[in-house]
Amino acid sequence: MDWGSILSNTAQQLLSPATMAFALAALGLAIHFGFAGLLNMGIAGFMAVGAYGYAISILTFGFPWWGAALVGIVASVILAIIMGIPTLRLRGDYLAIVTIAGAEILRLLFLTTANQEITGSADGLFGYHASFRAANPFPEGTYGFGPWTYNEVEFWVLVLGLILLGLAVLFVWRLIHSPWGRVIKGIREDEDAVRALGKNVFSYKMQALIIGGVIAAIGGIVYALPSAVNPNVYVTSLTFFVWTALLLGGAATVFGPLLGAIIFWVLQAFLSNVLPALVSSGILPFVTSQQAATLRFVLVGVGLVLLVVFRPQGILGDKRELTFVK
Amino acid sequence: MELVRGAEQTLSQKLPQWIVVTLVTLLAFFLAVGPASSAHADEVGTEYDFTISGNVKNEGEPIGDVRIVVDGNGYTAEVRTGDDGKWKVGVPERAVYNVFLDQNTLPEGIAVLEGGDNQQVEIGPGGSVVKNFFIGEGERQTTSVADQLISRLIYGLNFGLMLALAAIGLSLVYGTTGLSNFAHAEMVTFGAIVAMVFGVILEWPMWISIILAIAASAGIGWVQDAGLWAPLRKKGLGLVQLMIVSIGLSLAVRYIFQFAVGGGTIQLPGSGAAKIPLFGAVALSTIDLASMAISLVVILAFALWLIFSRIGKATRAISDNASLAAASGIDVDRVIRIVWILASMLAGLAGILWAYFRPGIKWDMGEKILLLMFAAVVLGGLGTALEKLIGAIIVGVLVETSAMVIPSDLKYVGALSLLIIILVVRPQGLLGRKERIG
Amino acid sequence: MSSKNQKPQSVEKTTGLHVGEIEPGVKKVDPIITIDKVHRQFGGLTAVDVDHLEIPRGVITALIGPNGAGKTTLFNLLTGFDKPDTGEWTFDGENIAGVPAYKLAQKGQVRTFQLTKALGLLTVLENMKLGAKHQTGERFLSSLFPFFWKKQDEEIGEKAMGLLKKFKLDAKKDDFAASLSGGQRKLLEMARALMSDPELVMLDEPMAGVNPALTQSLLDHILDLKKEGMTVLFVEHDMHMVSHIADWVVVLAEGRVVAEGPPDVVMKNPAVIDAYLGSHQDVDLGAVTGRIPKVSE
Repeated sequence: MDWGSILSNTAQQLLSPATMAFALAALGLAIHFGFAGLLNMGIAGFMAVGAYGYAISILTFGFPWWGAALVGIVASVILAIIMGIPTLRLRGDYLAIVTIAGAEILRLLFLTTANQEITGSADGLFGYHASFRAANPFPEGTYGFGPWTYNEVEFWVLVLGLILLGLAVLFVWRLIHSPWGRVIKGIREDEDAVRALGKNVFSYKMQALIIGGVIAAIGGIVYALPSAVNPNVYVTSLTFFVWTALLLGGAATVFGPLLGAIIFWVLQAFLSNVLPALVSSGILPFVTSQQAATLRFVLVGVGLVLLVVFRPQGILGDKRELTFVK
Repeated sequence: MELVRGAEQTLSQKLPQWIVVTLVTLLAFFLAVGPASSAHADEVGTEYDFTISGNVKNEGEPIGDVRIVVDGNGYTAEVRTGDDGKWKVGVPERAVYNVFLDQNTLPEGIAVLEGGDNQQVEIGPGGSVVKNFFIGEGERQTTSVADQLISRLIYGLNFGLMLALAAIGLSLVYGTTGLSNFAHAEMVTFGAIVAMVFGVILEWPMWISIILAIAASAGIGWVQDAGLWAPLRKKGLGLVQLMIVSIGLSLAVRYIFQFAVGGGTIQLPGSGAAKIPLFGAVALSTIDLASMAISLVVILAFALWLIFSRIGKATRAISDNASLAAASGIDVDRVIRIVWILASMLAGLAGILWAYFRPGIKWDMGEKILLLMFAAVVLGGLGTALEKLIGAIIVGVLVETSAMVIPSDLKYVGALSLLIIILVVRPQGLLGRKERIG
Repeated sequence: MSSKNQKPQSVEKTTGLHVGEIEPGVKKVDPIITIDKVHRQFGGLTAVDVDHLEIPRGVITALIGPNGAGKTTLFNLLTGFDKPDTGEWTFDGENIAGVPAYKLAQKGQVRTFQLTKALGLLTVLENMKLGAKHQTGERFLSSLFPFFWKKQDEEIGEKAMGLLKKFKLDAKKDDFAASLSGGQRKLLEMARALMSDPELVMLDEPMAGVNPALTQSLLDHILDLKKEGMTVLFVEHDMHMVSHIADWVVVLAEGRVVAEGPPDVVMKNPAVIDAYLGSHQDVDLGAVTGRIPKVSE
């Protein structure tokens, strides 16, 4: 077993676009659920809208990369409003079902062959990188060290992603520690009390939905920046993975989503390298490498159950915060 | 926790909600229908490894823009022949597929000569297969719109009955414990997989395999409640937490299934049974008919049990008001245990029927219809089994008939939109009574 | 606590509130709320059916009646937490039927709840700050830049501390509200409601679940509200408490107003006694409904 390459592959994931995208999605979900108490089970839909908005703007409408990113963000705002108006007054589990169904409808619309010319259907979209690469401020060369070595394009993505993540964290931190955040925390615990104090509860929930949705969409864009947009990525399982990462880190904290996303992604990378290696070196008998890879996801499911039952506040959360207000 | 739902909104505020929901649904449909008329790829599904291709020729002359639909194992795709008469469809698995030529897209006066417009093919050892249609002058066995509609209705009925079996269990669990159980989908898959283990791997007769699968489902239901849900309820976990536990459970179990049976499709013996033309465009195999009959009988038996038996009544009492039921001497825990066992059995049976309908068993087959099950439960409201049945049939029929007007790979969109609309506008279901709020 | 030995302060009642003969629906000299033909039905049950009712300004009005009389429903209707089938009512002359609850609170009408809604996950001070109106920091864009709201937030904090001192909760300002006792939470809820300088304070069973030692303190606070010029409307069961501090009493039974007037008049009204007790006309209502001993004045 080549521990060297296993560890190096795993370490590399620490700073990958996928991890950053995940962290952004988890941060967005933290606003929805951790702070405002909204059970959004359609966060994958917001990521998809960001990614597709970005790619379609470039490929079909010829926007420059930053214009396309704006389009992705605006699209997520529209999605939040459309989702929010009819559903924000729904009870918890109803909201969950509606958001899952909504995200799935979106995915089917992206997947259908009928829309093939615009969305690429099952093939997805790719080849939209020209404008982004042209804007790269870093000259050709290799950057970094050890497992974190990048060419100038990868470095550009990394730097941009980190800046966006940093801005998002600052933004959320400021928001939560302000009177606005106070109102949101109150709404999460008891809407009627806050309503009786003169706050427009519906408006606040909508704002939370939009803000969280935009951050998640930015995550989708970051994910799409260096690679491709494929409808099979934005499935319900992705939403559940983001939830697991969020709960792991601590749903009602600002750094919890980051921590949870990093741990989740690094663990996934580690297992996806270790398990097949265990199989090929004969330590795990009776199992093929493909099967070994599936085991990772089983562990995610089990992990989610254990988290919710035994430590719903996650790593950084406070037990008193009552992650799940009944 | 809301004191009074919706009290803060006057009619002028509720109206925008209606408008938004309607507009969005219409938008979804337009997005689906609009571009359909302009999608003229003569080759689709290029990312898949296996292909079905062919030629459409009229006495040697190629015909362009003829619509071909490939359908099977839960995958469906459409393509139109190019000007050279050629078409190609990529498919995800090496299996049996239906290839259907839409004779309405043929020029006037010609029709398919041999074999009919709906034929079956199987992917060959090379990973591909060719299906050519030979056209000539002749009577077109045109399937009129009415005939198509009827056959879709019957198909939808079949699907709906199977869906109802699964949905009843889901709503029973929800009614008695308040849990929206996302892992119910995996209980459906479980029944199919166990039947496969006995029927295909061990090659025992199917009727024994099916009975064993249902028994195993019962066991799994018992284990779930005894080992997981009852302890969690005692621990005092809230409903949202329980729901997320069910999500985690469904993830884990689904991937265990993938671990066990791999990513492909496995058929139960008898799946490919010939379809007997009945009337109009309707053709059903003996298995289809048996499946519909079984579903109907089981559902009716269950409905009667729910109304007349002691435990059935206890179940309804608990669904209505658990503490009151307990106070009047009903052993709530025992009844809930029985509910889980029954729900599991129904789900397992539904899974076997689903395996014959698709046809084929796949590790995530349950997940694909989970939302449809929720739609059936929500449509049917909080009422009796019969209302669930009607809800499920509506969903099934909607899914199948909508494929006539929107591209077939979007056929779930209609049912999903309906689910959203109902939950938003009328959460007590089409048939339920509006409960006093607050 | 020494309140057990303390004689309850004698209360000066306001009189001359009504115009004309005392009867259900009598007009008031200076009404703050008028209610017209309000009807609310739940399935087959009529919860509220009031033809005309006026609540006088600047005094303490009690809304009483046996269980199921519709008091809380009427409360919910007035405060925007429920919608009537028909009916109109005005606040300060302005038609407020159908206005959502949060807007009513902004107009100067606050309420408390029977089951106290002190927000347990916020500290006492945060709870108080939440009650203040017109906070710049509560707007999304301004909230991102502390520069815009820091000063105002501090001022609000000072006002909060002032109120907390009055309610003797100042020592607990940084504790989570969940750690307070039931009675302290009630006081917090009342103090929080005062942060918005309301005109009308509506209390839903303020004494419910409060231990007797705190009752007197709560009563004094309610009397203070009147002293500071606010109007109080509260729902209560305890007739002795009602006759102790209320200037005006409205009696509901089966959704209708069966009587209203000054407490001593109402308590002797045969229709009221009937509503509570049927035919036992010689029983003291206060002894039947009361939690606090009769106050001899």
